[in-house]
Amino acid sequence: MTDLPFRVQPALDDENRFFWTSGEDGVLRFARCSGCDYWLHPPAPYCPSCGGRDVAPDAVSGRGQVWSFTVNHHPWDGSTDPWNIVLVELDEQQGLRLTSNLVGCRDDEIEIGMAVQVTFEERDGVWFPLFEPATGEGSA
Amino acid sequence: MDAVISGIGQSAVGRRLGRSGLDLTIDAALEAIADAGLTVGDIDGLATYPGAFPGGPPGFSGPGSPDVHDALRLSLNWHRGGIEGSAQLAAVVDAAAAVHAGLARHVLVYRTVTESSAQAQGRQGIGLSGGGGAPKMGGSLQWSIPMRAYSAANWLALNCHRHMHEFGTTHEQLAQIALNARRNAQRNPKAVYRDPMTLDDYFASRMITTPFRLFDCDAPVDGSTALIVSAPEQASAVDHPVARVESVGTALRGRPSWDQFDDMTTMGARDAGAMLWERTSLTPADVDVAELYDGFSFLTMVWLEALGFCGRGESGPFIEDGHRIALDGELPVNTHGGQLSAGRLHGYGFIHEAVLQLRGEAGERQVAPRRGGHPEVAAVANGGGPVAGSMLLVREDGR
Repeated sequence: MTDLPFRVQPALDDENRFFWTSGEDGVLRFARCSGCDYWLHPPAPYCPSCGGRDVAPDAVSGRGQVWSFTVNHHPWDGSTDPWNIVLVELDEQQGLRLTSNLVGCRDDEIEIGMAVQVTFEERDGVWFPLFEPATGEGSA
Repeated sequence: MDAVISGIGQSAVGRRLGRSGLDLTIDAALEAIADAGLTVGDIDGLATYPGAFPGGPPGFSGPGSPDVHDALRLSLNWHRGGIEGSAQLAAVVDAAAAVHAGLARHVLVYRTVTESSAQAQGRQGIGLSGGGGAPKMGGSLQWSIPMRAYSAANWLALNCHRHMHEFGTTHEQLAQIALNARRNAQRNPKAVYRDPMTLDDYFASRMITTPFRLFDCDAPVDGSTALIVSAPEQASAVDHPVARVESVGTALRGRPSWDQFDDMTTMGARDAGAMLWERTSLTPADVDVAELYDGFSFLTMVWLEALGFCGRGESGPFIEDGHRIALDGELPVNTHGGQLSAGRLHGYGFIHEAVLQLRGEAGERQVAPRRGGHPEVAAVANGGGPVAGSMLLVREDGR
């Protein structure tokens, strides 16, 4: 890995700490209703699907597809090198999406619909869930 | 709603005017009050978007309502300011509702920006403009900023790209929004960018975040727009037509989220557009002029679909070649040049222009319906992503 890009850190609290530290063991987790298995993102203490109040983090496969992407050229954070931003829809549930970055492929190789899998970039105790082109089978 | 826009006013609009937001606001407010046939003492309501917003983007908020209240020594029965709600239009909708409910008779509504002066160093990402290192990000912004999606430009580029993927929308079609805006701005003496723009110029402008180029992004300016929302009786007290609030669209039926919304190609505009037509017997075919938010060019396309001027996914072919949305087209759009070329007055430039068009006071850019006379119905839309509001205005003659 070359130099890591600038990143704003999330402010961790009791609701989001599990998400931003989940990658410590290489696994991506989302909040999930224990009653009906609905995935909730962002985390919330109420299941809009069944009305349940028993919500806890649970592991996902980390696989999904690029729902959309953009290659940014404006130096918002001072960096003059272009970077990509991808919107990934996870395989587990329609509409369960993360805004993220795609690594391990050139920006001009990114396509909507391409299969991706999670990978993590650790910075000061936060594991940023990024994505890379999927290997093997089992994705969209 | 039983409410009319009885008067409008606007300060100087330009790049780096070097005047305070309050100073510009007073200019706009006094002009609007006089235009409505009123005096400062008649104003009993005050509303603004977003209100004082400490820590917000530089030059974004303008003065809060207490500052204007005190400067004009208003005596108020109703007042509000705030950023949550149905986009920038929320302050106008609230004012109309307050008048309708009898809480106030004449509400001064304003939106002021000094973003050009404040951003003289260039536009920066949200949360990065304070200096001294970026703060940690909480709340909803934690899902975008740490992933280097720093700006609405990035977020809406994702929506636009998805639209292109699903519907085959082209870069040439997208360009028509910017080209149309610039053509119209050439007929607006207050527009900040009036030099002719060709398709080649558009494609030569630098890339911001694919597929958005610089000319897809609106132009920060300094300026203030004010309007007076009055009880309907005021129509008989002024010597010009007024704009009656025929309907509003304040709905947000999907999730209030930039990345979890069910349909990424329309988002909140879909709901605010649908509600507008649920509250009126008029139809999209009755609209003579459409002033549709263009903080980014793509948003005007979203609003064309959301307000039913074309079908879902059909805005690309609808604006092909630009003829249909031109001043002499079947649906003139962003007749003053939009925020892309007239300047980012953040929603209120569209309201101001809609009222001017309905009153027949738009000068060289006045729209003339094919049936003759002045426009009778104007559609106004503000916002993008999960933040959206719309309004239908109908001309009513004065005394």
